[in-house]
Amino acid sequence: MTETAPIPTKTQRASTLVLDGVEVPFQDGESLYQVAQRHRSEVPTLCYDPRLDAFGACRLCVVEVEGFRTPVASCTTRAAAGMKVRTRTDALEQHRKTLLELVASESRDSGDAHGKGTPGHVDPLRGYASQELATLTARYAVDGTRFAGAHSGRSHREDDNPFLLRDYDLCISCYRCVRVCAEREGDHAISVANRGFHTQITTEFGGKLLDSSCTFCGQCVQTCPTGALADRKAMRNAGQPGELTKTRTVCPYCGVGCSVDIVTRGERIVAVQPAMDGPANEGALCVKGQFAWDHVQHPERLKTPLVRDAAGRLVPASWDEALGRAAAGFAKALREHGDESIYAIASGRAPHESAYTIQKLIRAAAGTNFVDNCSRA
Amino acid sequence: MSNPLRDMDKPETIFCIGTNMTECHPVAATRIKRAVAKGAHLIVADPRRIPLVEYAELYLPIRVGSDVALLLAMAHVIEREGLVDEEFVAARTQDFAAFREHVRRFTPEWAESICQVPAADIARAARLYGGASRAAIYYTLGITEHICGVDNVQSLCNLALMTGNLGKEGAGINPMRGQNNIQGAGDCGAIPANFPGFQACDDPANAAKFAKLYGRPIQARKGITKVHALERATDGRIRAMLICGENTVVSDPDRHHCEKALNSLDHLVVIDVFPTETTALADVVLPATAWGETDGVYTNTERRVQRVRAAVPPQGEARPDWWIVSQIGRRLGLPGFEYEAARDVFDELCSVSPIYAGLDWDRIEDGAYQWPVPDRNHPGTPILHVGEFKNGRGRFNVISYRDPAEVVDAEYPVWLTTGRRLEAYHTRTMSGRAAGMDYLLNEETVEVHPDNVRAWGLSDGGFARVTSRRGSIVVRVEATPQSPRGTVFCSFSFGDVPVNVLTGGGYDPVTTTAELKVCPVRVEPCAAPVPTA
Ligand code: SF4
Ligand code: SF4
Ligand code: FES
Repeated sequence: MTETAPIPTKTQRASTLVLDGVEVPFQDGESLYQVAQRHRSEVPTLCYDPRLDAFGACRLCVVEVEGFRTPVASCTTRAAAGMKVRTRTDALEQHRKTLLELVASESRDSGDAHGKGTPGHVDPLRGYASQELATLTARYAVDGTRFAGAHSGRSHREDDNPFLLRDYDLCISCYRCVRVCAEREGDHAISVANRGFHTQITTEFGGKLLDSSCTFCGQCVQTCPTGALADRKAMRNAGQPGELTKTRTVCPYCGVGCSVDIVTRGERIVAVQPAMDGPANEGALCVKGQFAWDHVQHPERLKTPLVRDAAGRLVPASWDEALGRAAAGFAKALREHGDESIYAIASGRAPHESAYTIQKLIRAAAGTNFVDNCSRA
Repeated sequence: MSNPLRDMDKPETIFCIGTNMTECHPVAATRIKRAVAKGAHLIVADPRRIPLVEYAELYLPIRVGSDVALLLAMAHVIEREGLVDEEFVAARTQDFAAFREHVRRFTPEWAESICQVPAADIARAARLYGGASRAAIYYTLGITEHICGVDNVQSLCNLALMTGNLGKEGAGINPMRGQNNIQGAGDCGAIPANFPGFQACDDPANAAKFAKLYGRPIQARKGITKVHALERATDGRIRAMLICGENTVVSDPDRHHCEKALNSLDHLVVIDVFPTETTALADVVLPATAWGETDGVYTNTERRVQRVRAAVPPQGEARPDWWIVSQIGRRLGLPGFEYEAARDVFDELCSVSPIYAGLDWDRIEDGAYQWPVPDRNHPGTPILHVGEFKNGRGRFNVISYRDPAEVVDAEYPVWLTTGRRLEAYHTRTMSGRAAGMDYLLNEETVEVHPDNVRAWGLSDGGFARVTSRRGSIVVRVEATPQSPRGTVFCSFSFGDVPVNVLTGGGYDPVTTTAELKVCPVRVEPCAAPVPTA
């Protein structure tokens, strides 16, 4: 996660604490993790998502605080004035490695081609946060064998919905999916059943998502740090050669204007992921913005200009011919029937530059205000 | 929207009217759900028991088209119980005395007979809204797609003005725009009443300004709306039309009339990304680049100006709209169409619109600005009307209830109302082509209350013929308590169930927005349709 907590402004009286030997300011209510993150101290996390209430489940973010007998989870511990905090001792790093070994052993081989060999490796097309576990196992040089054999999840590959792959053998019980669904999406479509090694993420009735209150918004997929929940549409493009590139843009559907990244490989769109820092959506999307992107490179697209031939059929034409015909028809109407004989309807879906040039065309060609847009199309 | 999306968890009371937000603006709805979880009071007024109702403290299942009556009675209670923000009214508004006199006549008991919800609930809604320190209104097409759409909006403004719920955080009047860039099309002047930046066409100074910019005299009066343009196409006064990215034939009301209008033209040019029922009628079809292939700008519902970017090359020979239109302009011998890139067009828009004066292509890189941004040092305007209104004082409008253009009678005894569904978007030229969407929604249905299904001899999953004064369709029946008794619902997303052959009985006299939310129909059982083709 890249989000950083705001830096205290001068008007707020900032208290200070000592972080790895350096005195640093913090704001009332901040957690030790937020303070550490702002000062670029690389505390590892797995159950943390800055948009969610801190949960304290994975214990990877533990730090030592002077006067406390045992290390504390920094994501759930409030900063207090005068605290002396250490984030990088050998003992902490060893503790974190052990935890990661446990986690890695719970998680079976994903079967994905990408990044094979690293415990927790999954294809990055599984989702926005899917590389978090693999990144940490690599950083801590964890191999998955130490506690091998104890699996807590259960795969729901039989759920035939086309959007969400539910591969719970990779689940590490961070509950980020359950929490994002409840706290951010407000749908409570999934929950936690059982405890300990038998923990399972499940729908209300243990059945398919289609029969639950799930809206297929994909938020659980995008927050999952192991790829246990994965973007099934994107995964159709998994394992192919070529770099993935992200392009920041805005969803083409409703007026909320959610920011998204289009994920491409070469000249193909292979996925859409939410922009966690999108001003309108802060990482949220709905089923349309998340999953309805494949119209763009659809075989039915109009690929050449068309003009009506003498027999009344629409036939392919060159741009030059089609534009010539388009302009000639307007010129003829203006000449023979006057300024009020032409009209234009702009699109409420195309970008500004479309609407702007269309209104200018009418005003400059006819001197009228005979232009409107589709309020509903 | 007068207030930003970010504000949505700040109101003490949220009043949603005519907005099926969880399905039409799902991510905005998540903010409402969070506000409710934090203790906000949510009032939902809608003829249908939409999913948002599950989160509401108070649900008002008003009869379709009765919004003005509800809002008058709420104003009545606010006035009667001393909930008027007298200080705000005195300092910031005008014409309140006449409005106050007017609303004294409209009791909740009067409204009950029209809206068909209990007077006590109307009074409670008024207290929840009027008694809150910060109350926000959200609405969508359920308010505007009526013959009295303007009256509905002004009634909401009256409520906000009398309670001082404008120009501050967590309040306001917030229309949720249905399409990604419908706000932007207006910003750019693709409307008959305004030049770019909402500069009124009927102000001669504006007409003179644009005449100079565009190199020829321009009429200093409003143009005509699309609805009137289609009428004039039918009677031969309009001869040539350019339609961009709109499947007019399926989306507009009164399909038969619309097809006739487009067929009457001498010349129809359509710019689009897919073949549609409308491109089929064109003389020239020009292939446009799609989302993901086009650099440009959208404005969202909170007036946030955001960049969109090309991630992949165009399909085939598709070109950006601005290039296509400029080429037509150049072939007509018009000056000022020598753009080389989208940014040239956008920067010109900024230079001619005061609300964009502080913006340019580079400054909107991060989507940090909400217009108006009047100059380079301005931070943008997340909340409108802080301290003052654009035209000085906020004006109260005296509004009275009118029946819809068509009301139910013996022949057409059922109310039909229309809208969108979560999984489909408009005429599905885009969402219908996305793999997997069929899993969630694969055909249109007419939603009928289970009691009506039985009473009218229908069966759940069987077919019904729905007939209005203009036409008739055959559609599968879905029994659901989401529809109230006596009212049925259809979306307008499936070309094989052209709901728009039914709608279009009346138009708002000011905006000519069609009354798509109300259409009396008859619903009868019938056999399954024979598939064509
Ligand atoms: S897709 Fe959305 S609604 Fe469904 S379980 Fe995931 S977060 Fe919840
Ligand atoms: S992701 Fe959904 S809510 Fe967001 S802009 Fe797109 S359609 Fe609207
Ligand atoms: S990140 Fe703090 S306990 Fe998981």
